[in-house]
Parts: sequence; structure tokens; C-alpha cells
Amino acid sequence: MVRPAGRVVRLATPLKSVAQRFSFVLIIAATFLAMLVGKADTLLIERLRTRVLDAVQPILLVASRPVESVDGLLQELREMAELRTINAGLREENRRLLQWQQKARRLEAENRALQGLLHVTAPPATRFVTAQVVADTSGAFARSLLLAAGARDGVERGQAALAPEGLVGRVVEVGERSSRVLQITDINSRIPVLIGYRRERAVMAGDNSPQPTVAYLSPGSEVRPGDVVVTSGDGGVFPPDLPVGMVASSGEQGLRIRPYADLGRSEYLRVADYQLPDLLDELSSSRGPAQPPAR
Amino acid sequence: MDGIGVWQRLDIIARALCPSATLFLLVLASLLPLRSPTLAPVMPSLMLVGVYHWSIFRPDLLPAWAVLCLGLFHDLLFGLPLGSGALVLLLVQRTIHLQRKLFQNATLAILWAIFAGMAALAMGLQWILVAVLAGTLGSGDQMLLQYAVTLASYPVVAWLLLRTQQFLLS
Repeated sequence: MVRPAGRVVRLATPLKSVAQRFSFVLIIAATFLAMLVGKADTLLIERLRTRVLDAVQPILLVASRPVESVDGLLQELREMAELRTINAGLREENRRLLQWQQKARRLEAENRALQGLLHVTAPPATRFVTAQVVADTSGAFARSLLLAAGARDGVERGQAALAPEGLVGRVVEVGERSSRVLQITDINSRIPVLIGYRRERAVMAGDNSPQPTVAYLSPGSEVRPGDVVVTSGDGGVFPPDLPVGMVASSGEQGLRIRPYADLGRSEYLRVADYQLPDLLDELSSSRGPAQPPAR
Repeated sequence: MDGIGVWQRLDIIARALCPSATLFLLVLASLLPLRSPTLAPVMPSLMLVGVYHWSIFRPDLLPAWAVLCLGLFHDLLFGLPLGSGALVLLLVQRTIHLQRKLFQNATLAILWAIFAGMAALAMGLQWILVAVLAGTLGSGDQMLLQYAVTLASYPVVAWLLLRTQQFLLS
């Protein structure tokens, strides 16, 4: 049986009670002020958020290690119990993947030959930054992940964050040594995608549920469950053709996409630094700095 | 003159900071990634349990401005609209303060039951605040899930805080 231990706050005089109530009103006013500032000056709030994130990141980095060890231990125990089946499964997958590897090599060679014939310009290179996931804010209202990599590691706003299986989200805030990734399931996430082998254009919109919806699909397009969803590269921020997921169902809730990536389980994400060459950059670099003609 | 020694002064300060420190740790703990779904489907609102607990047991050590600062800290880290979480926590603290009589000689079961009611109201209010401030409606299913997980986590967290209280503050 639990009894409230400790002193009960005793109000010595009515004056003290008035002062307390007044100070509480002040605090509530300060809260509303914070809300107003949050609505009005989002740039300030974002800078504040990244500072707080940077400050807390080392603690989270250290704290997430025990979680990983516990998780790793549970994983090991589970795997030990199923060793034989896992082994057989891996052998079969290996065989399949080797076949795919051969096919991929053949296609790559064919692709190169065809590109050469058509004089296709080489796609811009993508550099990847690997970052550890140190925090997960997923709840009812927002779904984001915090990474232990920031501006000093080359992470920039708008970059795509990938798990080995597929797209996880987009970088929305960048601090000096930490960054925040908005998951594709977050209600504010809008990612332009291509669906199916016909590559129908659409936008994948999150709604805080485990499976994002499909928006802006042109009427009359045939999209069926099982169709593969990839990024379209529209906007030039994400590399195109990144695997995103699969169309899960077209029931009464409309089309839903089941992400390939297991969003809650990612330990490390790769952030894609995709350099789309800017037309103006190319012009200025080929001509050199503009000089006024000497008189 | 025999005043309060340095160590005793530090001791007093440490005791005063104890609830706020535990709340700070609860915010960080609720950020940690729950990698395996076997632990919990979603992270519970540990802050809510913490503020509820300390407001009942040691309200003198948890001033309103501390709840405000920690609430804002929580909002910033979680990407929620600034002030939404803080307001909810402050109202929880104030309600407990005004209804102190309910909590005298309360058993764990009673505390849990009252927490169930308050958490429901708190999360509902937060849902409204987020909708108004950010213009986005949280997922109702996810919120029910988070409410259920928070409710289920109450005994464990309350027990931990009680042990901390007995160890550090008695």
C-alpha cells in the first residue's frame, strides 16, 4: 500500500496562496507565449531545436548502446533457437542472389553499351553518409528519427535517409553533429514516387499510421497491390529509383504503401548526398569568372 | 558561526534537483529507440507518469517553472509544437495540486485509476493542441495505442520513481 510520503504543501497565509496562483498564471502565460513564438518564428525554433539536439546527442549516443546490446542479445537468443531453419533460408537466398548478381552484371554491361550508343550523360554521383539512429520520437503525433551525424559529416536538409531495404525518410533539421529525419509515415511527409512497371506518378503521403497513403494519382491509372514503389527524383533532391515499398491494399481506405524498410528497427541509416548538377553552376564553371573588359 | 556546511548545502541542492533530474532522464529515456516490438509497440509517455508522480508525492520539489522548462525541452526534442506538451503537463500538475485530498492515503490501485482518467484527458488535450498549432491530426489509432502503453507502464515507472524517492530523498 502506498502512502504519499513527504510533506504536504501547507499554505501559511492566504497571501501566499494568491502569490502562488499569480505565479502559476504567469507560467501559463509564458507557455502560451512559447506557443505563439513557435507558430510565428519557426526559424528560431528550428535553430533552438538543432542546438538542443546537438547538446543531447552525446548522451543519447551512449544511452542507446545498452538498448542495442539488450536488443542484440534478444536477437541472438532468438536466432540460436532457429539456427537450422535460418541456415537453410540463408542458403536458398544466397543461391537466388547469386543468380540475380549474374543477371545484374549482364544488364549493367548492356546498359553501358546502350548509353554509349545514345550518348547519355552520366547520372550524378551519390555520396552516402552512414549515421547511427540514436533516438526515435515516434508516437501518435510525429514520427521522426534522430541521427548522430550532422553538418560536420556532410548531412544536409532534404537528403534521403535509407535503410538497407529501402527509404526511411527525409532529413528535415540539421545540427552540427546531429540531425532529424522525418519518416515517410509522418503526417507531414510527402514524397514524389513512381508506382508499378508503368511508373505512374504519385505522391506518397504519410498519416502517422504504419502504411502511408497514395495521393495525386491520376484517375484511370492502373495500380494494383504488389506494384513496386520507387522514388521519382522529382525536385532533384532525392536520387530517383530508390526502393520505397510495395502497394499493400486498395481497400476502402484507398491505396496504402507498405514500406520495405522496417522503420522502427533501423540501427544505422545511410543519408544520400545527391548532387544534381545545377545548370547555372555548369555555365559559370565552363566560362570562368566574369571579368569586365579592360579599358 | 556554525552555518550549513558545503556538503550539506550541496545535499540540499541535490535533493531539490532530484525530481527535475528524474524527469530529464525520463525525457531522454522516452527518446531511446525501441528496436524490438516485443518490448512495446510504441514508447509510453514517460514524462506524463513522472509529472503525475512527483506532483503527488513531492510537489514542493517540483515548481511550475521546472515543469514548464522540462515540457518545452520535451517539445523541442520530439518535434511537437512548442508549448503543447508543456501546457498539458502544467495543467496535470495544477489539477493534482487543486485536488490534493484525492491522493491522501491512496493505494497504488487508486493512483493508477486516477492516472488513467488524467492521462486520457491529457492526451486528448494534446491531440487538440497539436491539431490547432500544427494543423495536423494525429492518428487516432496510434494515440489509443500510446495511451494503453502509457497506462500499462505506470506501475513500473511509479515504482522506480518511488524507489528513487526513498533512496535519495528520505
